[in-house]
Amino acid sequence: MADMKIGAYICQGCGIGERLDTAQLASVAKREGKAAEAREHAFLCSAEGVKMIQDDIAAGVTHVVIAACSRRAKTEAFSFEGVAISRANLREGVIWVRPDTPEAAETTQEMADDYVRMACAEAKHMKIPSASGEQGLVRTILVVGGGISGMTAALEAAKTGYKVELVEKTGALGGVAAQMFKKYPDKAPYNVLADNTTGAMIDAVNANGNITVHLNTTVAKTEGAPGRFAVTLATESGASKEVTVGAIIQATGFTPYDITRLPELGGGKSPDVMDQLAFEQMVKANNGAIKKSDGSDAKNVVFVQCAGQRSDAEGHLPYCSGHCCMTSIKQARYVKEAGGDATVIFDDLRTPGADGEDVYRGGQEAGVTFSKGKVSAIEAAGKGLKVNYTDKILAEDTTIDADIVVLATGMVPASGPNPYLTQEIEAADKAGDTALAEKLKAEQASAPASILNLQYRQGTDVPHLKSGFTDSHFICFPYETRRTGIYTAGPVRRPMDAHQAMEDATGAALKAIQACENAALGRAAHPRSGDLSFPSFRKEGCTQCKRCTVECPFGAINEDEKGFPQYNESRCRRCGTCMGACPVRVISFENYSVETIGQQLKAVDMPDEFSEKPRLLVLACENDAYPALDMAGMTKQEYSAFARIIPVRCLGSVNTIWITDALNSGYDGVILLGCQKGDNYQCHFVKGSEMAHYRMSKIDDTLTQLNLEKERVQTYEVSIADIQRIPQIINDMEKLIGEIGMSPFKF
Amino acid sequence: MSDMNQAMVEKYRSNFLKEVEANVEEGTWVKMCMQCGVCSGSCPLGPHWEHPPQELFMMIRAGKREEVLSSSSMWMCTSCYNCIARCPRGLPITHIMHGLASYAKRLGLAPNRQPTKEFGQIFWDSIAKNGRVNELKIGVGLYFMNGFSQGIKNALAGRELGMAMMKSKRMNPMEYFGGHKCKDLSGIAKMLKKAEEFEAEHITKFGE
Ligand code: SF4
Ligand code: SF4
Ligand code: SF4
Ligand code: SF4
Repeated sequence: MADMKIGAYICQGCGIGERLDTAQLASVAKREGKAAEAREHAFLCSAEGVKMIQDDIAAGVTHVVIAACSRRAKTEAFSFEGVAISRANLREGVIWVRPDTPEAAETTQEMADDYVRMACAEAKHMKIPSASGEQGLVRTILVVGGGISGMTAALEAAKTGYKVELVEKTGALGGVAAQMFKKYPDKAPYNVLADNTTGAMIDAVNANGNITVHLNTTVAKTEGAPGRFAVTLATESGASKEVTVGAIIQATGFTPYDITRLPELGGGKSPDVMDQLAFEQMVKANNGAIKKSDGSDAKNVVFVQCAGQRSDAEGHLPYCSGHCCMTSIKQARYVKEAGGDATVIFDDLRTPGADGEDVYRGGQEAGVTFSKGKVSAIEAAGKGLKVNYTDKILAEDTTIDADIVVLATGMVPASGPNPYLTQEIEAADKAGDTALAEKLKAEQASAPASILNLQYRQGTDVPHLKSGFTDSHFICFPYETRRTGIYTAGPVRRPMDAHQAMEDATGAALKAIQACENAALGRAAHPRSGDLSFPSFRKEGCTQCKRCTVECPFGAINEDEKGFPQYNESRCRRCGTCMGACPVRVISFENYSVETIGQQLKAVDMPDEFSEKPRLLVLACENDAYPALDMAGMTKQEYSAFARIIPVRCLGSVNTIWITDALNSGYDGVILLGCQKGDNYQCHFVKGSEMAHYRMSKIDDTLTQLNLEKERVQTYEVSIADIQRIPQIINDMEKLIGEIGMSPFKF
Repeated sequence: MSDMNQAMVEKYRSNFLKEVEANVEEGTWVKMCMQCGVCSGSCPLGPHWEHPPQELFMMIRAGKREEVLSSSSMWMCTSCYNCIARCPRGLPITHIMHGLASYAKRLGLAPNRQPTKEFGQIFWDSIAKNGRVNELKIGVGLYFMNGFSQGIKNALAGRELGMAMMKSKRMNPMEYFGGHKCKDLSGIAKMLKKAEEFEAEHITKFGE
């Protein structure tokens, strides 16, 4: 792009023309923004308005500044090929948040002038992104795990014409589902039991020409990135094979919680106290007959719900496994069908979904007794067992005799080791927290073997969420993990039953296909889907501090032999967290960089200290905070005319240099708005908001050096629903500046 | 223990739920209760009872035969139908309440001098005998249900109401001596006998 030519287009529609002096905006664009063209239009998003812009592009405009509505509106109309585009938000960001009064007119116009200056400054430092050139299309998916989730994912992907490499570590497909005697049905009527159809599914997988099944096989090594993973498969016999796949689905399922950890409930003490899976296997082996370990018929079976789950006790599972109530109802019906008596002792009986309620009703109709209570002990009594429990309705202690007791012990995810353990141990050692370090070391010593053996700088497996389930953004991006192009499905992601696992696996298969297709075009995955930009870095400036490598939430950056960061553009989600991390600011994107933001905030006209016109810089995450601000405009929530809002990809991309620059150039206050961080994070880039909070906690030094009050920089966690709270935060900051006074750094 | 009660105890040894299913009107529904407590929460009288409906159903499943059948709770039901209207499982709770009460009475286990029970009996005796309800006799019967001196106390307490009723010709003291009857007394007797036959048949069907 030899000659940069900026064209600025100022819309007068939607009331902008009536509230603002657009001629003045045009002259600001020309004089201060250095736009070659600046045109006003009565209705910019109309066919005519768009054509005007297109004609200018044809005549040589390379950078387009649209001063109209929010960048989130009219994206179709204002998408032009082959040019860089920036937008000044005059509608949602100015006229809709300011009162239409003569007194407010002056500051409202100043706001608009600034947004035009900022958009021009941004445009000037933007380049048009294009794909890296590392792309290739590989329409093959690796599925790890041959249970019901894995088989479903394989079949669904195969249906679309994709090839599947299905890896199963045991000698047979089917997993836990294959061991079931019967299942509860997946279609009405739900109050009857259905035959186990896993066998038919195994046959379908074996017969499918698009699926290659590898039994007794594990993944020895995974290298590369979405669209070009190189995976080494190893068989038990020692043979190995390399496959190239575009995306990966990990469907490794679960293991039942270890029953011997529940000695008070008789776990491991009597062979007639068993978990649900063992009971299922026994009934299946006896083709429906219910037999005790000594071979005699069992007449009374007691099912104990929430055994070692939903419990805060040390070593217990704190969560609900989601399927056990339904499973116990199903198994109690085996007992009724065999002519015995079945009692389910529950605290809360959870049968999610309308069909679940029918399953429950079916159990009641069959005569299963449901008793609300808490079991305290299970003991041997003569030839049988005695279940001691507190009846919670009748509020009394009581006992019931049983031949067999089935404990609903729940699910433990079969995920690989937590990839961050080494990093966490290093951090704990460094912080001198020996207790924590010891605990983590013990965890590492007993960690399971790696499943994917990723050759990533950030560890061998997919990161975990709570309780060892693989991470995913539960609300916005289920199936997603923090390793782009790698998806997890089924109970390894969260506890679930077979029906849910099949649904889950279908979702993951579609996501994996999307990842392959996006990677082939050099496009980012959500939330910036379609984005062609990717981080580049200036090697000469890099100090090898490794911050980018460590802080990238998606493990996108490896290190080369010399210790320099090595980007894998298709693993990258374009959040900019690495850019925010880099102390020497050598990381940038074509259309988003330290410069594009830095120049915007410097383009703002800074009134002097005595003008009584403070300036507040608001850096708002484009995923939640910025839409919330737009909605504040739509619902006419007013906020300070002194705020200048700049959307950022993620708070994680905020480089502290922007804050220092802003303070040095005379801003009176800086507000950072990002998504919720921590265990229940809502950050669309997982760690970005957390990193920003961490970095900002260190900004106090800078403020002290500058002799400024530390309240001048504030970081908030907000959500998309905070359309009243965010304006309030801004207004409070204005008020605060009124109290502590203007910044002395104005010139 | 009545003979009938003895027989039932033997027949359903340690399975009171089955006994209720077989012998109590709408008793087959008891197992469908999911213990949500909506009925108890909806019942205007529930808080005043020893065992609100949900708890009675739980007690049935827990095999608490004596406690259930001798409870006064089901006798307190006013048939307001709040519970039926709200039960998410569609249990005919009101009917089960009445079914339980009548079964308990049949077995001779209903609590002694339970006012609802006594009232029902006196009412029945009156109507079966005369084909009409003799209000004075019912009133007197109820007042004296707990003995003579208590009856006098009750009568004194209700004195003003009684006088007012007499003044407005709502009550005639002469009714106490016989009172008027319906025209076709023998017809009534025949009709009731037939009804008894039907009921007996119905009960044995239940009990089978
Ligand atoms: S932009 Fe985000 S995902 Fe990409 S390398 Fe940087 S930190 Fe990682
Ligand atoms: S953060 Fe910057 S200086 Fe540090 S390793 Fe990455 S690129 Fe180099
Ligand atoms: S409302 Fe119905 S289901 Fe709920 S406790 Fe009462 S009878 Fe049981
Ligand atoms: S019908 Fe009887 S049990 Fe039901 S709410 Fe009314 S009084 Fe209570």
